Amino acid sequence: MGEVDVHALRGISLDVKQGQSLVLLGHSGSGKSTLLNIIGGLDKPSTGHFYYRGREMTQVNERELTQYRRHSVGFVFQFYNLIPSLTARENVELVTEISDDPLSPEEALSLVGMRERMDHFPAQLSGGEQQRVAIARAIAKRPDVLLCDEPTGALDITTGILVLEALDKVNKELGTTLLVITHNAAIGATADTVLTMADGRISERRQNSVRLRPKEISW
Amino acid sequence: MRRLGLFLSVLDRKLVRELWQIKSQALAIAGVIAAGVALFVLMLSTQHSLELTRERYYQQNQFPDIFASLIRAPLQLETHMNAIEGVAFSRTRVVTNVALDIEGLTEPASGRLVSLPEEAPRLCGIELIEGRYLDANRENEVLVNTRFAHANGFKPGSSVTAVINGRKRKLEIVGIASSPEFVYHMRPGELLPDDKRSGVIWMGRRSLAASLDMEGGFNDVLIKLQPQANRALVIEELDRLLAPYGALGAIPRAQQTSHWFLENELTQLKTMATAIPMIFLAVAAFLLNVVLSRIVAVQREEIAAIKAVGYANSAIAFHFVKWSLAISLLGGGIGVLCGALLGRGMTAMYTTFFDFPYLVFELPGDVVAKALLVAIVAALFGALSSVRKAVTLPPAEAMRPEPPARYTKSLIEQLGMQRFFSQPTRIIFRNLQRNLGRSLISLFGIAAGGALLIVGSFSLDSVDLMTKLQFEVAQRFDVMVTLNQAASQSARQDFASMPGVQQVEAFRVVPVEIKHKHMSRQLGITSLMFDAQLNRLVDAQGRIIQPRNSGLILSATLADLLDIDVGDEIELQVLEGRRRHHQVRVTQIIDDLMGTNAYMESQTLHLLMEESASVSGAYLSVNPLKTDELYSQLKKTPRVAGVMRKGAARESLQKTMDESVGTVRTFNVMFALIIAFGVVYNGARITLAERSRELATLRVIGFRRTEISYILLGEIAILTLVAIPLSMFMGYVLASATVSAMNTEVFRIPLVVSPRTYAFGAVTIMIATTISGLIVRRRLDHLDLIAVLKTRE
Repeated sequence: MGEVDVHALRGISLDVKQGQSLVLLGHSGSGKSTLLNIIGGLDKPSTGHFYYRGREMTQVNERELTQYRRHSVGFVFQFYNLIPSLTARENVELVTEISDDPLSPEEALSLVGMRERMDHFPAQLSGGEQQRVAIARAIAKRPDVLLCDEPTGALDITTGILVLEALDKVNKELGTTLLVITHNAAIGATADTVLTMADGRISERRQNSVRLRPKEISW
Repeated sequence: MRRLGLFLSVLDRKLVRELWQIKSQALAIAGVIAAGVALFVLMLSTQHSLELTRERYYQQNQFPDIFASLIRAPLQLETHMNAIEGVAFSRTRVVTNVALDIEGLTEPASGRLVSLPEEAPRLCGIELIEGRYLDANRENEVLVNTRFAHANGFKPGSSVTAVINGRKRKLEIVGIASSPEFVYHMRPGELLPDDKRSGVIWMGRRSLAASLDMEGGFNDVLIKLQPQANRALVIEELDRLLAPYGALGAIPRAQQTSHWFLENELTQLKTMATAIPMIFLAVAAFLLNVVLSRIVAVQREEIAAIKAVGYANSAIAFHFVKWSLAISLLGGGIGVLCGALLGRGMTAMYTTFFDFPYLVFELPGDVVAKALLVAIVAALFGALSSVRKAVTLPPAEAMRPEPPARYTKSLIEQLGMQRFFSQPTRIIFRNLQRNLGRSLISLFGIAAGGALLIVGSFSLDSVDLMTKLQFEVAQRFDVMVTLNQAASQSARQDFASMPGVQQVEAFRVVPVEIKHKHMSRQLGITSLMFDAQLNRLVDAQGRIIQPRNSGLILSATLADLLDIDVGDEIELQVLEGRRRHHQVRVTQIIDDLMGTNAYMESQTLHLLMEESASVSGAYLSVNPLKTDELYSQLKKTPRVAGVMRKGAARESLQKTMDESVGTVRTFNVMFALIIAFGVVYNGARITLAERSRELATLRVIGFRRTEISYILLGEIAILTLVAIPLSMFMGYVLASATVSAMNTEVFRIPLVVSPRTYAFGAVTIMIATTISGLIVRRRLDHLDLIAVLKTRE
């Protein structure tokens, strides 16, 4: 993976390397979600540039942006955003149907420990389970980048850890670049790099020499 | 569901499940479009099929193109008529009007006796419905027309007494028949069929000719033209040939009574079958559009999620297009099916009504295509407008909760009236005001539903008014008597001395041909008395028109047909006596209620005819206790050609209107009900979907069920209450746009929407709102509070 160069928000720049695990910390309104949405091709900045593998994504048209989202990026949202009328497996199929070389829905769900419950509808799953289905949905296309916006924000500690473990596994086993937004500073310990944002700027950068397993952190 | 996956993509499975989940609502929406489509298909297929049936009937029975009657001509003339260029064949016959004595009927009836060749009756345009043809050896055998037979309960084997040439004869009915020439049969000078008191009787030619001293001659002729013939030239030639024999002038098919009446009925049906269903279809399409766009709008977040995982805008748009197409095609399909089935039934009903001997039903492909196209286009626009809004929003933004709505103090609060209202009431007003656009669309939707109820049902109000004006304001006599031929003024005295007669007003009718700008029309000029008491001229506004002392008064319909304006000089040929030509100025054109009439003030008419007050008939007011006595006296009076009882005419009009306008109205109302309920129910359901999260939050923070119900139902109730007066206004506007469509040469229907009709619309909408409200209320009681707590707000 090439360099992802971002000038975002208020004159900040950021490089993300392939396979890296990165946590963005910050309070509400610090701009971290905006940054993530721009990287994910969900939003466009008013000024500035964002490159993905040398291609300037801030210049491409809607069609290419859709292609980018379809093949390169996976999303995990705070509120899971599963389609309520589809089962866990079908929510994953939603992505595998339009991808070139996807994991099978069963494989993706196994990876996050949800294989047993794959024929359940979202309403029959707990929050943590729904989030793991959302992760399975995001990784089934074998994305280069997995973007997670407060993936544990709506979950209790135990469930949150299960979700983080699923993300950790994806990053380590599939080599997917991981970008996690959270306001929970403890989660930073599981990443290679921790960025803290405030007021639209990156106020602090920290490299962890050792990444903790999600189980090992406490919040 | 797993098996479903083998055939359907995940998005399609989502589609199927979600449609299933909102099935009651989807059905209600489909119902709205189905009702619009069904009415459209029903009316247009019926209309199309009736024209087809008539065409087939005319063709198979060789319905003539030209009709002429005369006093008497020798049979040899037939060869000359057949030699006229363009004539395929001519058929001569003997025809006369007779008085009938029908068992069980006090008043005299009248019959039109028409000769049939004994040898080949089936070649004379007669369709035998029951019984058998005439036996050449039995001279008292007759066939009668179906309507007359049905009205009087005649069967083969029944008999009827006729006074032919002064002699009473008992005629044996051996068969019941129909003929395209007498789909409708009216006594001369009358506008409405009265099947109980007037009928067509077919009799063997030898027998009839013998009793009328017509052997070797004829007094009526029918002409069938060759396909490319010049009708006007043939008529001219025929008139020249027949003039020496007392001919009244040949008329084209368009002026033949039965055809004219049927044509008018079909035209009325056609315009009613087009105008109102078009409005229904348009309203249904609009509602479909609104409902689908709101349903799609509720799915904003899902659209964003699908977009975020990499679906292209076009794929998402296509998904929702399929979503709304599924509903509209379901509705359209149900509509076409119901419309075709009902159309078949309605065609069958009209077939009986018009006395067609068989039924031809055909569902025209273009009607189905048009209806479905409207449904599809409405669905497409409904879905696309919302999908476009949803997909143009960046997904990240669409997935965030909508920014808190910018509420302002409502108008009521700005006016300082809030102290009169509770907190929930203020929430209602603020909601309505903030979502002004949406509130207005809901309002308009409900109003449109109500307007359809009004436009679908007002027709009978107008018919009632027309009937009232005609039979209470214009015609104030009880009985109208017409004489065989004009009599001297003493006839007036004779009428006055008959039993039970309280008041007499004599009238004169002069048969004429009016010509203007190459157009002509045969009709009778009826005399009008100044300050008449028993028969007055009344226009569609109910004003009584007094005749002026000079010139001709014409119905606006007739003036339009002949392109005549007030002040025009027209040519007029009298078709009796010395058959003189006159130039007469048209002094009044009036917007009367029925028929294409010409009138003249009595003295002016007598002056024109250079006669002292001759009498063609009289209007009588009769002591109701003595009517039977009067009728038996009239039965014995040979000069009397016909007796019209006003009550019977009124019944006949009522029956005709009930069968035509009334039937159409029944269907209109039925479909308007479906649409109105569908609209109100959907409106309530969607409002619930849009609001459930907000209302659940209110519950969570301590509002009671009754309070949140009040907020939601209160909003719906206010919209309904405001929509009702709007629906009345819209209903009236639509009614005035369609009322002229019901006008024909036979009837002019005045515009009136009665309070009863307005009330029907308003009450129906209120009932629909109440029922929908109760359903929504039940759902509110089961609002999932936990789900609300778990999701963001």
